[in-house]
Amino acid sequence: MSEDLTGRHAAGLEQSTRGPSAAAPDGARSPRPASVIIGPERRWPRIDLAELWSYRGLMLFLVWRDIKVRYAQTVLGASWAILQPVLATVVFTVVFGRFARIPSDGIPYSVFALSGLVPWTYFSSALNGAGNSLVANTNLVTKVYFPRLVMPVAPILGAFVDFLIGFAVLLVMMLALGVTPTARALLFIPPVLALAAVTALGVGCWLAALNIQYRDVKHATPFLVQLWMYSSPVVYPLSLLPHRLQPYAAFNPMVGVIAGFRAALLGTAPMPWGVIAVSSCVAGAILVSGALFFRSRERVFADVA
Amino acid sequence: MTALAIRLDQLSKQYRFGARPRRRTLREALTEAAASPWRNLRRLAGAAGRGTTEDDTFWALRDVSFEVGHGEVLGVIGRNGAGKSTLLKLLSRITAPTSGRAEVWGRVGSLLEVGTGFHPELTGRDNVYLNGAILGMERGYITSRFDAIVEFAGVEQFIDTPVKRYSSGMYLRLAFAVAAHLEPDVLIVDEVLAVGDAEFQQKCIGRMNEVACDGRTVLFVSHNLGAVQRLCTRSILLEKGNLVADGETSEVIRQYLASHDTEAPAGRWIDLTAAPRTGSASARFTGVQYGSGDQLVDFSPHPGGPLEIVVGIDASIALNRPRVGFTLRDRYGGPLISGSTYALGVATPLPIGYSSWRFVLETLPLRPGPYQLELWLADSMGASVDRLQPALWMEVFDRQPRGFGPHYNPRHDGILYCEYSAGRVEAAVRHRTGGEPASAATQSR
Repeated sequence: MSEDLTGRHAAGLEQSTRGPSAAAPDGARSPRPASVIIGPERRWPRIDLAELWSYRGLMLFLVWRDIKVRYAQTVLGASWAILQPVLATVVFTVVFGRFARIPSDGIPYSVFALSGLVPWTYFSSALNGAGNSLVANTNLVTKVYFPRLVMPVAPILGAFVDFLIGFAVLLVMMLALGVTPTARALLFIPPVLALAAVTALGVGCWLAALNIQYRDVKHATPFLVQLWMYSSPVVYPLSLLPHRLQPYAAFNPMVGVIAGFRAALLGTAPMPWGVIAVSSCVAGAILVSGALFFRSRERVFADVA
Repeated sequence: MTALAIRLDQLSKQYRFGARPRRRTLREALTEAAASPWRNLRRLAGAAGRGTTEDDTFWALRDVSFEVGHGEVLGVIGRNGAGKSTLLKLLSRITAPTSGRAEVWGRVGSLLEVGTGFHPELTGRDNVYLNGAILGMERGYITSRFDAIVEFAGVEQFIDTPVKRYSSGMYLRLAFAVAAHLEPDVLIVDEVLAVGDAEFQQKCIGRMNEVACDGRTVLFVSHNLGAVQRLCTRSILLEKGNLVADGETSEVIRQYLASHDTEAPAGRWIDLTAAPRTGSASARFTGVQYGSGDQLVDFSPHPGGPLEIVVGIDASIALNRPRVGFTLRDRYGGPLISGSTYALGVATPLPIGYSSWRFVLETLPLRPGPYQLELWLADSMGASVDRLQPALWMEVFDRQPRGFGPHYNPRHDGILYCEYSAGRVEAAVRHRTGGEPASAATQSR
């Protein structure tokens, strides 16, 4: 577990507090284990990355559990990960591509929609998972110690599996419709995806910490996600926005993700580095504030759960 | 004196009182914030929420200080709400103290509930690994212990079956088996021995003994005073959050038993809304009434007489096949009689709102004395919804004293009541063979 790591930050105190017992005859077990100090929570939250890293094993187990459980006792199993984006693409292609005739940067609308939906689905399922992570694991939160930040991180990683499946579907559709993926996709998609993960984790930390105390969040989240989707260029191109608004759009980190993902994969536009830079700054700010807020609420999690 | 394993220094934990529901809705928080911006601002400016007034908070644990030496097995006893669980939660770092501090040397393993993190859809094998990881074991370690764990639980044949198909006994055995193979320096255990059948409980106690003999420090909380007595040489007694006794186990237990004066009266409705409880609380016992139905004896239950238990449940969700149950325990916490709708195969749904449930025992096989009545409610999967352990202490009274003097001596006599006769056999019997009936005895029942 984390005895060495949790002990490390307390090691200094240990020396001074051990007192007379240190001199006690305890020859059989000479290496005295490090001690953990339990005291009132600090005013200012701190993020202990080293401890978090020492719990990576638990994190991976939770990811593995979530994936395994998600498709347990389903007839179609992992094909749900294929069906969901495909069906959504069909709906969007009919509604927005055919009826509303939304422009799609000169590529088939279905490819356009799916290339937005795949990163979006990753983001929304990661966000949903992270936001519900504490409530869904109340039994763990109230019974076992571990750095609570493990909880929202796990679904961010878990959603990646579905992303890969969706991505494969997208590639197949592109090849079928004669759209060639660019070579730079290999290089540029990972950082764009990381941006989505950072955003989902940041917002997820806020939602998870609020959710465990105010269950209203659970009802608000789907609405928030939907609203967010329509305010991001998933079903329409960024160019559809009024020109004077476009610089501000980048403050929505998902604009950077979707625009970046499309540009990287389809090559219809140059990589929007400016947008991505602004989006990354915003996402970073959300993550830091979210993690700190999460940490500051952490001491009451077990009491309000 | 050996090295210390745990030291508590005036450890305290304050909770807000139950006047306000613990799960506030956002709307309430918003209206409250709008209604009292000044108070909230003051509170924010003050020490983060510590500016609350005395009367809407209570101390679950107050200024508790004690030390536990390395390798010592310490029993923690006290009534429900005395602060036992809070103490364990603080030491396991699940929640943070309000003031004071504690220091724990070495790796802490805490078992506040067996099967934490078990997932019904996963197989036994998967759950062993998952539960092990949650308890802080490394993968390699679990693999090396896997066979021992499965053998201990006795579920070899079903290890690749999802645990949702396990019987509740198998489930608990597997859960405890994983936990029993945890090898921390300091083990914190809450009530885990209260699982499984008698044979398995023996196995558990044996295992706990092994752990203790291995030189590990154990903090053991239980309502089962017999188990505490067997495992711990030293115990502490908590009462309303305060440490009131610390010493040799038998002495502490005596003090604990002497302080029991809270029997609830028979034949009257006893409000349980504020009683300490565990469970998901989506449905709660609001009250209980027990009695013999016999007005002549003040409705008090008596040996061999009937016992009727009526409970009121207020549910915020409907349960299709609720398991409503009770357990009568002796004063040491040992279970004596239990019953539930599940055990009887009663499948009456629990509606949203208020409903009453009743248990009727035709003949109560208990001697006079104090007993604990525990009430529990679980959903159709057996997950605990509400549990009061105990909900109340009930007294079984002597109805018709027969013979001479006090015919029941709680110190020497058995706890169970049964109709019997005794007398001298007229024709002295030396060898009784087979089915030959005893000749007429002088009846003096």
